[in-house]
Amino acid sequence: MHDTLVVGGGVMGCAVALHLARAGQRVVLLEKGGLCMQASGVNAGTLAIQIKRAALIPYALRGWEMWSDARQWLGSDAGFHQVGGVTLAFTQEEAEMLAERMEARRRNGAPIEMVGSNRARELEPGLSDKPVLASWCALDGYASSNELGMLFRAALANADVEVREFASVDAIDRLSGGYTARTLAGPVSASRVVLAGGMWLEALLKRDFGIHIPLICRVNQVSVTERMPPIMRRVVGVATGQLTLKQSQNGTVIIGGGWQGKGDPERGGYEVIPENLIGNLRLASYAVPALRKARVVRTWLGLEGNTEDAMPIVGELPGAPNAFVIGGVRGGFTIGPFMGMLLAQHILGQQPEMPIFDPTRAIVPSPSAAGKTTRRPDSAS
Amino acid sequence: MSRYDVIILGGGPAGMRAAITARQHGLDVAVIDEGQRPGGQIYRAPSRDLQPHERAGATDLAQGERLRAAVAESGAHLLTRHRAWAAAPGIRVDCIAPDGPISLEADALILATGTIERVIPMPGLTLPGVIGLAAATILLKAHAVVPGGPTVVAGVGPLLYAVAAGIGKAGGRVAAVVDLLAPSEWAGALLGLISRPDLLARGAGWMAGLRRAGVPIHHRATLAAIHGGRGVEAVEIAPVAADWSMIPGGPQSRIAAASVAVGHGLVPATEFARLMGVAHRYDAARGGWVPEVSEDGRAGENLYIAGDCAGVSGAAAAELAGSLAGLGVARDLGRISDDTYEKLTARLRPSLRRAQRFGWTISAMMALRPGLACGIAPKTIVCRCEDISRQAIDNAVAGGVRHVNQLKSTTRCGMGPCQGRSCADAAAEIVAANTGLSREAVGIWTPRVPLRPIPLEIALGDFTYADIPWPPMLPA
Ligand SMILES: Cc1cc2nc3c(=O)[nH]c(=O)nc-3n(C[C@H](O)[C@H](O)[C@H](O)COP(=O)(O)OP(=O)(O)OC[C@H]3O[C@@H](n4cnc5c(N)ncnc54)[C@H](O)[C@@H]3O)c2cc1C
Ligand SMILES: Cc1cc2nc3c(=O)[nH]c(=O)nc-3n(C[C@H](O)[C@H](O)[C@H](O)COP(=O)(O)OP(=O)(O)OC[C@H]3O[C@@H](n4cnc5c(N)ncnc54)[C@H](O)[C@@H]3O)c2cc1C
Repeated sequence: MHDTLVVGGGVMGCAVALHLARAGQRVVLLEKGGLCMQASGVNAGTLAIQIKRAALIPYALRGWEMWSDARQWLGSDAGFHQVGGVTLAFTQEEAEMLAERMEARRRNGAPIEMVGSNRARELEPGLSDKPVLASWCALDGYASSNELGMLFRAALANADVEVREFASVDAIDRLSGGYTARTLAGPVSASRVVLAGGMWLEALLKRDFGIHIPLICRVNQVSVTERMPPIMRRVVGVATGQLTLKQSQNGTVIIGGGWQGKGDPERGGYEVIPENLIGNLRLASYAVPALRKARVVRTWLGLEGNTEDAMPIVGELPGAPNAFVIGGVRGGFTIGPFMGMLLAQHILGQQPEMPIFDPTRAIVPSPSAAGKTTRRPDSAS
Repeated sequence: MSRYDVIILGGGPAGMRAAITARQHGLDVAVIDEGQRPGGQIYRAPSRDLQPHERAGATDLAQGERLRAAVAESGAHLLTRHRAWAAAPGIRVDCIAPDGPISLEADALILATGTIERVIPMPGLTLPGVIGLAAATILLKAHAVVPGGPTVVAGVGPLLYAVAAGIGKAGGRVAAVVDLLAPSEWAGALLGLISRPDLLARGAGWMAGLRRAGVPIHHRATLAAIHGGRGVEAVEIAPVAADWSMIPGGPQSRIAAASVAVGHGLVPATEFARLMGVAHRYDAARGGWVPEVSEDGRAGENLYIAGDCAGVSGAAAAELAGSLAGLGVARDLGRISDDTYEKLTARLRPSLRRAQRFGWTISAMMALRPGLACGIAPKTIVCRCEDISRQAIDNAVAGGVRHVNQLKSTTRCGMGPCQGRSCADAAAEIVAANTGLSREAVGIWTPRVPLRPIPLEIALGDFTYADIPWPPMLPA
């Protein structure tokens, strides 16, 4: 019998598992596919403080710190590069929005300064002459999300976590003193269970715990160009948050910003919408005109589950002792390693370094779950 | 957005015949092809600048011209120089046209995208002067160009002898033919080939011609390496076992050459079918991963797959499958009754089966055997776009990779502009061999659009800031 069973091997599940194991727990992690092959491995890899939700800035700063220090806890720098970032406003209206949003983030500790368009072009010579105002954050950068699965696999093995890939959890049964996960390869039992199923959390919670936490399925689009000579050096974003743009070390330019494709948890992201692809590319080339010379070689979609209030759910499930959930974290690549550590601290009975996010507030009564749980809307920590 | 009854993706024999058939039943048809003119691979249209005597060298020219004329007369919209980069149920096909991006809509879709050539890498493959075997047929057919000789022609399948004979006929010199198969394997296939005595005779003619010209033919042999500095200078020929692995310590011979044409079979081009969500299975004898379709090529609602992209079966079968697909769409869209459909298809099916018997015999001969990719040397580059060596793949598998999608994300193998079309088989074979898993289990790369690179200059068009279709904003 293990101490903790983690369901889902994205950045959240892997980080929780790693911290629990390093604290001495016997941990088993079950992942339907390969480690970090969903959101955590296909995300744009942007570590931009400037575009995080104001309320999450303290968490994002700690997440950023962990990435800058990845060699120490993950065993590799994970392609971390701090290049600084500029966020752009192209109209007067956007300039006001930018100033207001950045001020809220600054109040929560983000080191952001507002700069004029000339200064912005000094900082990033690849910019067009279109921005009217910009903000600058020296911390912004990126890491390679595509390597994450391989890095966690090695780190988890070193920490003696039993990792089972291509092992889908088909049901979780509660039994005295713990939980048992059913898989094709047989049952796996532990005293505790951590649900870290990303966009698939909603289904897991409903199926195995009768708890309904609606998740908005965001089908995020990311594109990459073929290798190009250097055309830009910073992370470039826009006031609305709908662009992230950077050139990686190998010369490819990665274009994201949360433009949407079609997808759902059953089929994954299955269709790129041409207008949204062209729209995302137009916006990118409006900011950095040298992109017009590029060829896009790949566009992909990944699923991100957002709660209705767009805040994380990290904590114990009501009515299910020793069952925990971690998810719903926007910008979860940046913040994930820290969120995982916070939940591990909580599970280990320590005081988490920052408050975690009681999932109870996000629960809505559902007919199938009637009688199993009650809604306590005001108990978010 | 332009709308049609049916879009046919690919203007080879399958696509052209599907278009002609669909037109016969009154459907509004668009044929998309990236080539200058319809024709596909086998009926590749000769370049218009070629002199008549240069064109004469092209085999199959007459049948190609007949089909091209028929499809031109059929009233189908021939959207050549249109490169499709995505398709979606519903049905929508997104293309880069000569003037920019366009999306086409239709009630039905027929995929007839043909094949791509498989080349399992060996040292020296990237030297100037090395071309694909199938690509060599295009040089010969479309441009009447012969590779700079002497040429070594290596690999597997009838294209070996077609290319070697074609080079000889066009005035080039063939230094050697290096055939992975033993003569007994050719003899063993005769039974399956007998249904097409014309093609069999043509093949025998090629062989006899090569023998007359004194071209050495190495059977059960492979290119261990291609040597050279700024171009090809020599090749190393090594004997192989029945599984196509090089025999350790076997006698190698080195011969001088200035160019190499090498190919290890044809692989169905299934990316569009996979993008449309069609289930696939691995069948080495049909070229690799093939879509699950009915005998008439039906893959789903208003979706048909015809020709070599449904499993390599050759040009004759491709045409017949195209006809069946055209009829299937005509029935699905209510242009012909079930009875008429049964009557018309009943006549075609026996011919299709006969043609498939021939085509499948050939594709089974070309089926990839495990020893070839296993023998790739550690330093040899497997993914040319991203510069990924055999060693890097071995390392990834040692690090826990068990599926090709994991391989792709951890090593970037298959992530480049060719979308992994060139290295898919070699990479998957190595993962399968190193893990002991089957090719089914190690899987196939998830297709990512754009299936062909999109040049932004063309795709973006002229636009103002107001023309950017903003999505709704998220809470800050
Ligand atoms: C396209 C895209 C771009 C993004 N860009 C950025 C960015 O630039 N910067 C940033 O900070 N954040 C970004 N994000 C957000 C970030 O990637 C996510 O917030 C984060 O990766 C979520 O991690 P997770 O572990 O919760 O989910 P996931 O990575 O999705 O992991 C959940 C795992 O659970 C597994 N699972 C589900 N059900 C079962 C079951 N029954 N049994 C076993 N396993 C199961 C799944 O297979 C999956 O691997 C982006 C997200 C996407 C989709
Ligand atoms: C390079 C090559 C040369 C060959 N030469 C011979 C030969 O000489 N003799 C022989 O017997 N067999 C040859 N073959 C085998 C031959 O392909 C088949 O027997 C036959 O041509 C199959 O017909 P098809 O209609 O299924 O596909 P094809 O003839 O391959 O036609 C497919 C068509 O689809 C188009 N297409 C594919 N993807 C896209 C896209 N994304 N956008 C737009 N258009 C697209 C292609 O341009 C092509 O015209 C060759 C194969 C290849 C790959």
